[in-house]
Amino acid sequence: MFGFGLLSGLIFLPLVGAAFILLLRGESEATLSNVRWAALLTTVVTFLLSLYAWSLFDTNSSAFQLVEEKSWLGSGLIYKLGVDGMSMPFVLLTTFLMPFCILASWESITFRVKEYMIAFLVLETLMIGVFCALDLVLFYLFFEGGLIPMFLIIGIWGGKRRIYASFKFFLYTLLGSLLMLLAIMAMYGVAGTTDITVLLKTTFPSSMQKWLWLAFFASFAVKMPMWPVHTWLPDAHVEAPTAGSVILAGILLKMGGYGFIRFSLPMFPEASQYFAPFVWTLSVIAIVYTSLVALVQEDMKKLIAYSSVAHMGFVTMGLFAMNQQGVQGAIYQMISHGLVSGALFLCVGVVYDRLHTREIAAYGGLVRNMPLYAVAFMIFTMANVGLPGTSGFVGEFLTLIGTFFANAWVGLIATTGVILSAAYALYLYRRVIFGVLDKPSLMKMQDLNAREIACLAPLALLVIYYGVQPGPILSACAASVDLLIKNYQTALGLTKAATLALH
Amino acid sequence: MYTAIVFLPLVGFLIAGIFGRQLGPRPSELVTTILLVVAAILSWIAFINVGLGNAGSSVPVLGNWITSGGLKIDWALRIDTLTVVMLVVVNTVSALVHLYSMGYMHEDPHRPRFFAYLSLFTFAMLMLVTSNNLVQMFFGWEGVGLASYLLIGFWYERPSANAAAIKAFVVNRVGDFGFSLGIFLLFALTGSVALDQVFAAAPGLAGKTLHIFGLNVDPMTLVCLLLFVGACGKSAQFLLHTWLPDAMEGPTPVSALIHAATMVTAGVFMIARMSPLFEYAPVALSVVTVIGATTAFFAATVGLVQNDIKRVIAYSTCSQLGYMFVALGVGAYNLAIFHLFTHAFFKALLFLGAGSVIHAMHHEQDMRKMGGLAKHIPVTFWMMTIGTFALTGLPLTAGFFSKDAIIEAAFASQRPGALYAFLLVVIAAGLTSFYSWRLVFLTFFGKERWAADAHDDHAHDHGHAAPAAHGHDDHAHDDHGHGPLQPHESPQIMLIPLYVLAAGALFAGLLFRDAFIGEGLEGFWKKALFFGPDNHILHDMHNVPEFVAHVATYMMLGGFIVATLMYVFYTDAPRKLAERHGMLYRFLLNKWYFDELYDRIFVRPAFWLGRLFWKEGDGRIIDGLGPDGISARVIDVAGRVVKLQTGYVYHYAFAMLIGVAAFITWYLLGGVHN
Repeated sequence: MFGFGLLSGLIFLPLVGAAFILLLRGESEATLSNVRWAALLTTVVTFLLSLYAWSLFDTNSSAFQLVEEKSWLGSGLIYKLGVDGMSMPFVLLTTFLMPFCILASWESITFRVKEYMIAFLVLETLMIGVFCALDLVLFYLFFEGGLIPMFLIIGIWGGKRRIYASFKFFLYTLLGSLLMLLAIMAMYGVAGTTDITVLLKTTFPSSMQKWLWLAFFASFAVKMPMWPVHTWLPDAHVEAPTAGSVILAGILLKMGGYGFIRFSLPMFPEASQYFAPFVWTLSVIAIVYTSLVALVQEDMKKLIAYSSVAHMGFVTMGLFAMNQQGVQGAIYQMISHGLVSGALFLCVGVVYDRLHTREIAAYGGLVRNMPLYAVAFMIFTMANVGLPGTSGFVGEFLTLIGTFFANAWVGLIATTGVILSAAYALYLYRRVIFGVLDKPSLMKMQDLNAREIACLAPLALLVIYYGVQPGPILSACAASVDLLIKNYQTALGLTKAATLALH
Repeated sequence: MYTAIVFLPLVGFLIAGIFGRQLGPRPSELVTTILLVVAAILSWIAFINVGLGNAGSSVPVLGNWITSGGLKIDWALRIDTLTVVMLVVVNTVSALVHLYSMGYMHEDPHRPRFFAYLSLFTFAMLMLVTSNNLVQMFFGWEGVGLASYLLIGFWYERPSANAAAIKAFVVNRVGDFGFSLGIFLLFALTGSVALDQVFAAAPGLAGKTLHIFGLNVDPMTLVCLLLFVGACGKSAQFLLHTWLPDAMEGPTPVSALIHAATMVTAGVFMIARMSPLFEYAPVALSVVTVIGATTAFFAATVGLVQNDIKRVIAYSTCSQLGYMFVALGVGAYNLAIFHLFTHAFFKALLFLGAGSVIHAMHHEQDMRKMGGLAKHIPVTFWMMTIGTFALTGLPLTAGFFSKDAIIEAAFASQRPGALYAFLLVVIAAGLTSFYSWRLVFLTFFGKERWAADAHDDHAHDHGHAAPAAHGHDDHAHDDHGHGPLQPHESPQIMLIPLYVLAAGALFAGLLFRDAFIGEGLEGFWKKALFFGPDNHILHDMHNVPEFVAHVATYMMLGGFIVATLMYVFYTDAPRKLAERHGMLYRFLLNKWYFDELYDRIFVRPAFWLGRLFWKEGDGRIIDGLGPDGISARVIDVAGRVVKLQTGYVYHYAFAMLIGVAAFITWYLLGGVHN
């Protein structure tokens, strides 16, 4: 495509759409409609293109595929893209979720529609870039660049406390990232390049590994977010518009996990092993602590935000178990959480659009006049709880079984999360959906309209499909994860994964 | 055929669930019921082929589910005698309950949803009993939990129903916590979750020492105890039993199907299925025995004083499940399954009979407001009496064979805890007889206490006041709230299932005793259950002293006599007794105060901790020490930034992009120079 490869096409296609929207002038209803359709069309075409990329992808290989390389900015710095089994699923997740975000914003965004759509399309470019970049600097650019549109989305189209939330979000994530930038410089100093494929083969001195690991950790832990640097997330979610929350929970949080898989684990194996107990500790604290906090929330979005932190705890825990089940489970959990939490935020958006409050106490008995909504919400609630047969189960189960293998204590404490998640999720569902419909403001609420069904139905089907047939995602990342673990064990001189002591 | 047995209910669920509103209630009912009847007939064919015949066991694989490294989990159907017994129980009761519900629910506006849930439940239960690995079992396990949650909370406008539904799910999750850990540990030990591989590895693990959680433990004991925690949750055993009585908030057919005959027996099934593991964990089996016996006794004592007709039967279920666990604990797995089999008939009969009573009484469940119903609803009366005969173990009825055998086995067993179990189950047999007859006498004999009672009163007692409520236990009747109550016999569609179940309650023991626990047991069970080389319980139990063989019958007679005296002749006695032993009475009436205790030590602290972590942890400490110092300033800045707003987003989006680009360019150039 114009001398660029397929991945470049994927990355720049949303920008083309953004440029087109920029050219549209006027504030008439017809123009706004054009803007919306243009944005939707762009995201759908991007998704189709990513499916084409997926069809070219060979899941049996652990190598980077669809690689393209151009020199850029002189010595050592290259424009290099490529995907492997650990990044391809995220690219698909991103392109898949975007059309839903546009649809979710169809009516709820009433002012500055053009700018809003542009911000989203730019954001898509940057997110796809993060997962495709094979150069550390390029990765950093995309990684940090994503902050800006998100900052604007929260800060302009957000709720009442949007300014506070957006700055909290921005500062938290930016501060973390600055440390990563320093680490990138140091790595360049050692390896003489920022090419990720080369860096993956470079062995960094062990004392240096720890510092580099910590610097990367600062950035990724904030992004995940891990306890105790998670407090930006509830605020950001609460204030963000629906689509902003979907992207935040669906994609942006996954960048931290992706960072661990792409950089921390393979490049700093000794440090990863050294810090694994530390990560586990933070993870199980996150699971128990934020689940309990979720139990007492009075704001729907905040509750789901806290549950996201708990679910991300399973991810970090599984990653640092460093065995096939743990890492594959973590990747799966991220994909599944992207679908499920995205869908849950869409569900909140549905009622928020009607009543303009996220207060749980304002609802109750919705099943009576919104039966379809109740079904959709039930499916996603159950997926959030990790019911077998939904995608939520597979990730949770694999991370737990992997972690239990690596450290039984961590597995034990984390498993209490399954009890707590059931408690807070069902408690939320009961207060919103069940009960008597006696609040006058709720009487007139209509069930899902066609656009909302179009949003939620595919997600519901996918959540169930991936719960019964997780094969496509698991086999996509199997080879790459296998290689990751082999390299890790070689680097540490381990012959086989740690196991239980049996006499 | 096996695939059809398992998936026909799923088809029914999908049809009624997705197209229910288009089809309307009657077609949805018919579709689900017919599919279930077909599945039930096929199940009996399978039972005859595999159990009584020589079709042999098989494991058709349906496809792969999860593969990750060494972990391989398939969707498969494991067909052996244990499975076909469960298929028969589940599908027969389910088909009858579907049929019954067509009458019982006939005025509920949400019938398609109800029948869809029933079929969904059946499907999940079938996946559970046919699983060939622990994870598929867990799938069914959680699936039945979901269906149970949905059905308990079926009347979603009642707060008590919602609370009961959540309680059921969460308490079950506590059990699942143990079950999951058991699966994880088994995988860590054996590298597999498939039954055959796990069973093969079990003998090699016996007697080893595992260092885990800072302790040195016997691996098989730990695995089995963890799995047993799961069984306790599902089967409402002591300490995790609290959800079952509350689950009676669901419609009565649900109680019959899920909370009596099938789902609650999943724990019993699971341990029987895992007998190749438990046989190598004698300590775990002792625990099973003791917990089972405690449950049998505890639930029976609570059942003595309950006034809600469904709650009495619920505690009875809990107690009978305890019997099954005692049988499992002493290693007599076939006795447990036999009792499961007979219990399904007579307990479903009792529940559906109770439903018929409630139907006749226009959704009154309080036995204090019944009485004298025998002549008004004679068919229901006789059916309930047959159920009571079987439950209390009248000779030659179904319960007689299975319960007496368990008592004998408990006596014969040498396992630590078995003597304790023997004493408690014998006492419980007497209590069972007492509360069962108490129920019959209070409901069907004596004064017609409902006649004097204005109907409005009791309807409102039970939260019937909400304008749009669907009624206390079921649909609102036309004549509801008008004129005096006239109990009426239920329609044929509700009585036919009762006849079938009554036949089972009377003859299932006689017919199948030989196959399940008698001479034919080896030919019947084949290799579905595992008895270790040291397990001689089935032999020993035939050599018990004479009095042990008859003790249950004596206890039954004793209970019957006391109940007759107290509720037929000296009807003042119960009240006086309660007054004299006020403490004990309240202790029993309040179910040993478990709900209050759990509320204090689990529920409230969880909320308290949540609030503490939220307000103090997140709010004061993390935000306070961390970003809030900055945030405070940020808000300042933000205030000024807002004033600078130009109105064009891309102005400052662009400005920021330029900023970042400039920053990086600067660094890159710097980098090049170095």
